[in-house]
Amino acid sequence: MSNPNVTEYPAIHVPDKSILYLDGVSVSFDGFKAINNLSLYINKNELRCIIGPNGAGKTTMMDIITGKTRPDEGRVIFGDMTDLTSISEAEIANLGIGRKFQKPTVFENHTVYDNLKLALEGHRKVFENLFFRLSGQDDERINNVLETVALQEYVRRDAGELSHGQKQWLEIGMLLVQNPKLLLVDEPVAGMTRQETEHTSELLTRLAERHSVVVVEHDMEFVRSLATRVTVLHQGSVLAEGSMESIQSNPKVVEVYLGE
Amino acid sequence: MLKYKPFIFRLLETDRGSKYFVAILLALMVLVPVCNLAVPESSAFHMPVYGVTLIGKYLTYALLAISLDLVWGYLGILSLGHGAFFGLGGYAMGMYLMRQIGDRGVYGHPVLPDFMVFLDYKELPWFWYGFDQFWFAALMVVLVPGLLAFVFGWLAFRSRVTGVYLSIITQALTYALMLAFFRNNFGFGGNNGLTDFKDILGFDLRSDGTRIALFVCSALAVMLGYFACRFIVQSRLGSLVMAIRDSEGRVRALGYRDEYYKLFVFVVAAMLAGVAGALYVPQVGIINPGEFSPINSIEMVIWVAMGGRGTLYGAALGAVVVNFAKTYFTAVAPEVWLFILGGLFVGVTLFLPRGIVGAIQKIRGMLGASRNTGLPGMAAKK
Amino acid sequence: MKRLLFLAFFSLVFLSGLDAADHTNSDSLIQSSFRLLSSKSFADKATAINSIAESGSSHAVLVLSSILEGDLYYHKKNKNMVLVTETTPRHYEITDPLTEELVSTKSKKELRKKYKKVGINNKLRGLLNEKLAALTIYSKDKSTRLRSTRKLLKNLNPSTVELLRDAAPRETDPQVKELMQVCIAVSDARSKDPEIQLGAINELAGSLYPEVRVLLEELKTAYTDSVAADPRLLPAVDSALRATSLKVSFYKQVENIFFGLSLGSVLLLAAVGLAITFGVMGVINMAHGEMLMLGAYTTFVVQQLMPNSIEYSLFVAIPAAFIVTGLAGIAIERGIIRYLYGRPLETLLATFGLSLVLQQLVRSIFSPLNRSVITPQWMSGSFEFNPALSLTYNRMYIVVFALMVLFGLLWLLKKTSFGLQMRAVTQNRNMAKAMGIRTGWVDALTFGLGSGIAGIGGVALSQLTNVGPNLGQAYIVDSFMVVVFGGVGNLWGTFFGAMILGITNKFMEPMTGAVFAKILVLIFIILFIQRYPRGMFALKGRAAES
Repeated sequence: MSNPNVTEYPAIHVPDKSILYLDGVSVSFDGFKAINNLSLYINKNELRCIIGPNGAGKTTMMDIITGKTRPDEGRVIFGDMTDLTSISEAEIANLGIGRKFQKPTVFENHTVYDNLKLALEGHRKVFENLFFRLSGQDDERINNVLETVALQEYVRRDAGELSHGQKQWLEIGMLLVQNPKLLLVDEPVAGMTRQETEHTSELLTRLAERHSVVVVEHDMEFVRSLATRVTVLHQGSVLAEGSMESIQSNPKVVEVYLGE
Repeated sequence: MLKYKPFIFRLLETDRGSKYFVAILLALMVLVPVCNLAVPESSAFHMPVYGVTLIGKYLTYALLAISLDLVWGYLGILSLGHGAFFGLGGYAMGMYLMRQIGDRGVYGHPVLPDFMVFLDYKELPWFWYGFDQFWFAALMVVLVPGLLAFVFGWLAFRSRVTGVYLSIITQALTYALMLAFFRNNFGFGGNNGLTDFKDILGFDLRSDGTRIALFVCSALAVMLGYFACRFIVQSRLGSLVMAIRDSEGRVRALGYRDEYYKLFVFVVAAMLAGVAGALYVPQVGIINPGEFSPINSIEMVIWVAMGGRGTLYGAALGAVVVNFAKTYFTAVAPEVWLFILGGLFVGVTLFLPRGIVGAIQKIRGMLGASRNTGLPGMAAKK
Repeated sequence: MKRLLFLAFFSLVFLSGLDAADHTNSDSLIQSSFRLLSSKSFADKATAINSIAESGSSHAVLVLSSILEGDLYYHKKNKNMVLVTETTPRHYEITDPLTEELVSTKSKKELRKKYKKVGINNKLRGLLNEKLAALTIYSKDKSTRLRSTRKLLKNLNPSTVELLRDAAPRETDPQVKELMQVCIAVSDARSKDPEIQLGAINELAGSLYPEVRVLLEELKTAYTDSVAADPRLLPAVDSALRATSLKVSFYKQVENIFFGLSLGSVLLLAAVGLAITFGVMGVINMAHGEMLMLGAYTTFVVQQLMPNSIEYSLFVAIPAAFIVTGLAGIAIERGIIRYLYGRPLETLLATFGLSLVLQQLVRSIFSPLNRSVITPQWMSGSFEFNPALSLTYNRMYIVVFALMVLFGLLWLLKKTSFGLQMRAVTQNRNMAKAMGIRTGWVDALTFGLGSGIAGIGGVALSQLTNVGPNLGQAYIVDSFMVVVFGGVGNLWGTFFGAMILGITNKFMEPMTGAVFAKILVLIFIILFIQRYPRGMFALKGRAAES
């Protein structure tokens, strides 16, 4: 499938601006092409939304970036020419790619505080963790994040006791203490109230000032509120890209969504 | 939280179960020898030597159970082959004890153990070298199980074999070892294993003094092993290990190499099991390939389940309770024992998912006592 | 038993061939020779044997062969000849060799007291063999001719060779003719004339009969040690031996593959039930081995209940075992496993406990000793393809049976509404429930099916191994290996897994010994799973992660 949007998007020719570059990535599961020759750029400090119908390959794309799934073809270049397809999940994370899973994934048997403590930047080696003690600086940092995600009251609670929305925030909080360069956020507002959604929207916008953020979301209202560039995935490749307004008036996009 | 305190004090401050456990161990360490040596034989409180040895054996089982709990309760890996590490530790010690026999064997050969003379060995196989030295054997007691765990774990964890698959291949591992050790030409005494030991470090194994010393060593080993495990699980590493148990993918996405953490815990547990095996052998006086049988390994799992996994001391408790019952019933009504053991497996999984310790905590909770906060939550894991 | 068959067989052959009037006449000839048989002199006996052989009676073969096998006795007083057959241990039936009528039944003691065996020496034995052969190589029945020629090959002497030289050109059946020519060639290979020898040796090249191989080896040593009459002889023997050993090693491989397939079939029968409970339902049933054991014990009980029709007992045992173990499976699912869905490790422990209880139960009821299950006549014996390759019937039946079970199961899963419901529940429990499928019931039946299949496997195993309380233990690790190796949730995977493991095991055994082969296979699987954590036939992608 050819990419009809190349001309609309000249910025791709400036490599030093991009932090992530998917180059002709394909992957198939038992004959089904989940990702089909997908090419995509994310710029530094960009907030990008990715939308698309079910089965468009959004989550699989994130799996490929984080190394959970290995593509059959293509490269995934992060920052200064690091090919992510050849290194491990943990190495990818340590390069500065953080991920929030579609289903909120926190350590349910750990307290909220411990969840953040484990996510804390650095200290990834086995033996240093055997003798690890938290510094005052780190404690302060965790407390700041707790405040940001409004979970101060729940510090000592087990994460499993939190509501769905709170778990989402805790996971975002974990991303914050992990301090990655690129954040992949999969459906951050599922199960949130209107108010919580607004708060998340603000949070993500603020984050994009210092990080690059990729958001996958179904909630169109939320995507519109982020007021940013949107990429539409369909059948494993890019169908359209542009502002929310241009996307909504794109006949191909309309067809894909209505034809569903 | 941030103020520095020695680990043991912190431990005993926060964890009620640990306090009781350490207290009981210390009491045993003192009382059992006293009841044997100082209390006259006519007294009801006199502890005969076989009793001392029996409790000593239970203590080695307790250490084994603690090490298994480290793997199962905290790391979430149900190892059905933990007996392999116990057996290897036991064989390492058994080899030392065999070489201590020297020329006092039935055939009186100065170097070769009896079974080798019997099987027509001309010289000592290379893997028996060095076992005449205690320090070497002691090193092998931890090194051999540790190495096996390292190689096995490295292969398994790196390729992300998890859940029941891992359980089944751990079982295959111990089964393969059992078949190998049963072979006469494998060089470890075949069916009969290693036995007829005479002395350890120059002390006669049948003397009361040696037996009491071995008992005290076992109690000490349980305590040190317990502290080591407790230290591990209360460190950030322990916290991570439990995180891996609950959500492996999340840990990886945070940038941790989960396989290294698993490997670390698996190897430590294997080494502790090796030590338990090494203390077990001189007290029971024999080691044979039966120790590798899959049923033995799976029996260990029920000790841990019975006591309450994910608590360490629960595992030790379970080991003692189940083995006490085993000693009692196999003497009184041997045919009933397997029914009881089988029933335990079914009953504990259905009605006591958190074991005795969990049940006690629940009762305390219902009575309104303060909740024990020192333990990691072991909510029924999917 | 063997003799009875012999009797039935020969009476058929001869009765059809001979005139009835002639018949009584020739019988009286035998009758008259009987007196000489009871004589002490071996020469007298030889005369008697000769005249019996020439009598032309339909009973001659029976009488001669029973002398050979030591079943012909004579009454100590009236010197009447009788046939003695041991019916049950230490009890004998005494029949008249000519009329085949039952005279009496006797205990061993009574027999000894009243009757005496017709004794023979080696010379007479040779004579008997020769006469029997001469009587039978012209038989109308092809397999009789074949069998007697085969017998002659074992014990060739100039007179039998002459017999064969006469018979061979008249022989119409190619197989018998070939065998006869082999006999003649074996004799010719020892001839004094190098030309005849050479021809014979060339003819024998590639022949698989052990006697031929022995002969060729002998000739080879003889010609290597001392110079042969003709320089062409040694190379001829060499190339004949090479051709033979090539063929032998080929058939050895065929035999190995067959052994591997039959071991694979046993593994398949043991594992296919597990493939359902573990593969389809995701339930680890450690008591699966005990389901095999229950099936085997069901066979034992069925045979106890119908001691007079052992031949048919397996046809009763198969459905009985299916029902018994199937019901046991349903009870286990309803009583224990349904409370543990989603907790595979706990299921593993609970079912392991159950396996201990079942073993002890069997020990208490049937004793801890092994029980003997009888193999029906039609399953014993073996089929000889050629002298180097014969396959036992019980293994062949097991292979066929395992395939039948596999295909039956595939049919059940793919084509029936139960199979459809089962697959629906596996794929999406909630959706299936919403569509009105009684998921609990489907779970129970599925588990019952898996257990029932194990029970059938147990019936098959009872024909191969000892039936004891530990029967299941011996197969549980192997069964898991097969399922895990083949890939979970795929019956074809289980099939190929079982066959590959079976064949690998059998090919490694001669090199490493059985136990070590098993250890190596275990290590191989451990490594294999680490490379392919989900087996040979694995699902990929997101579906595989749930």
